[in-house]
Amino acid sequence: MDGAEKIRVENLTKIFNTGRTSVVALENVNLTVEDGEFLCVVGPSGCGKTTMLRILAGLEKPTSGRVYIKARNAGKPPTAVVFQGDSIFPWMKVVENVEYGLRIRGIPLEERRAIALEYLKKMGLERFADLYPYQLSGGMKQRINVARAFASDPEILLMDEPFGALDEQNKLILQQELLRIWEGSYKTTVFITHSIDEALLLGDKILVMTAQPGRVKAMLEVKIERPRDIILIKSSPVFIELYREIWELLREEVMKARNMR
Amino acid sequence: MNAVQEKLNQTIKMEDLADDAENNSRQKKAFFLKTFSFLSPLFLLLLWEVMAALKLIDVRLFSSPSRIFETLIPLVSSGELLYHTLISTSRIVLGFVAGAVPGVILGLSMGLFPPVRALLMPLVAVTFPIPKLAIMPLILIVFGLGESSKIFTIAIGVFYLVLINTMAGVLNIDPIYIDVAKSFGASKIQFYTTVAFPGALPMIFAGLKLGMGTALLLIVAAELSAARAGVGWMIWRAYDMFDIERMFCALIVLAFLGFVFSYLLDLLEKIVIPWKKR
Repeated sequence: MDGAEKIRVENLTKIFNTGRTSVVALENVNLTVEDGEFLCVVGPSGCGKTTMLRILAGLEKPTSGRVYIKARNAGKPPTAVVFQGDSIFPWMKVVENVEYGLRIRGIPLEERRAIALEYLKKMGLERFADLYPYQLSGGMKQRINVARAFASDPEILLMDEPFGALDEQNKLILQQELLRIWEGSYKTTVFITHSIDEALLLGDKILVMTAQPGRVKAMLEVKIERPRDIILIKSSPVFIELYREIWELLREEVMKARNMR
Repeated sequence: MNAVQEKLNQTIKMEDLADDAENNSRQKKAFFLKTFSFLSPLFLLLLWEVMAALKLIDVRLFSSPSRIFETLIPLVSSGELLYHTLISTSRIVLGFVAGAVPGVILGLSMGLFPPVRALLMPLVAVTFPIPKLAIMPLILIVFGLGESSKIFTIAIGVFYLVLINTMAGVLNIDPIYIDVAKSFGASKIQFYTTVAFPGALPMIFAGLKLGMGTALLLIVAAELSAARAGVGWMIWRAYDMFDIERMFCALIVLAFLGFVFSYLLDLLEKIVIPWKKR
């Protein structure tokens, strides 16, 4: 971690116009993420977390304000996204899915296949390289999704509740695997989650957002050393202290969101 | 020690036997069901034959399996039936390809490009419901009495079904796949080849299968007018001559053609879409 700024979000506002009503999803959001930092974003449902991620990914345009992603290598794609739902292509074999980002960049077949197989190996999935997604379980599909994002070697990684749909055991295993892979790459990451646990296990910093419209409520630092061990962390005093702090912040916002309805 | 081992082996053997017995009964069940599905047509044929023999039905109108079989043998051995079958088959195949290829191309472009869709959709919506049989006289006037009028009749029927299904296939691709392609920075052409086309393939095949059904329907109608050969022509000729047995022989061929074509399309689908759960 060299401390250089990697992502800067300046006065970001996003308003969705649907017919006569307009919804302010994000209001004047400012934040920076340093190079090699893992930022987790938590907030009540509908606080614009996903909208912010989609703007960072270039899938949505801001109404006002700007986002900067500092590119170091011209050949790399700016972002790779791990979506929440089942987003690996059913018409491609596992290995073809993992190498998709590299294929889009025009990396020759032999080279990109080698990289894809390497990431499949890291995820313990190399045996499944030639299968089609319909032959795999939900947990395996989401692993491939993560492998696809890492293999494309982007400037920053964006993850939108990637493990939200998984059962507890699978979630734990995938969190562990993500930590292991990430701690070998230290790629700047923005990770959206509902779970305070997950945010504390994975993040260097945690951004707490307000209920709609989404604003920055607090930015906390998670001072837990890496490499991390998920089981040990959960009983550490830092974890318990931060958990309570974040919950206090979140509870206010969840209550506010409830009163609005 | 040895006794225990022996006992253990025995239990394992017994479990094996139990497994075998279960497998056996399952296989027997499958075999039974398979024979069962053969039995119903056989029973119908038998019933038909008996009713004809007992004069419960008028054989001049309904014939009987044995009479049809007697007519079928010389028709096959003389090569006459094969001749008509080949002529109809070539019309179906040419018409099918002539309808399916532009159907897929136009369907893809209407699905992918909103301006093309806006331009052509009203035309398609207005002309699609017209029964293809209703425009056959027009087709005859324009294309004449030769082969092209028959091929065109089939092509137009196949074209619409393939076009509409292909377009729907593109429009119904899950938006998350579009987001994935976009987020990795796919160009338009990369999006077409890696997402739009493969994503639409299952629907394209649904269109092709529907089109094949329509092609079989239209071949009979197309060969009604101004044809001198073909399975459809055989049916109409038999009608004129009141030759019920010949008519049934032609119907058997049509059923056979339908079976073969749908088998071939299924085979092609398995090769082209190996990723589909079956």
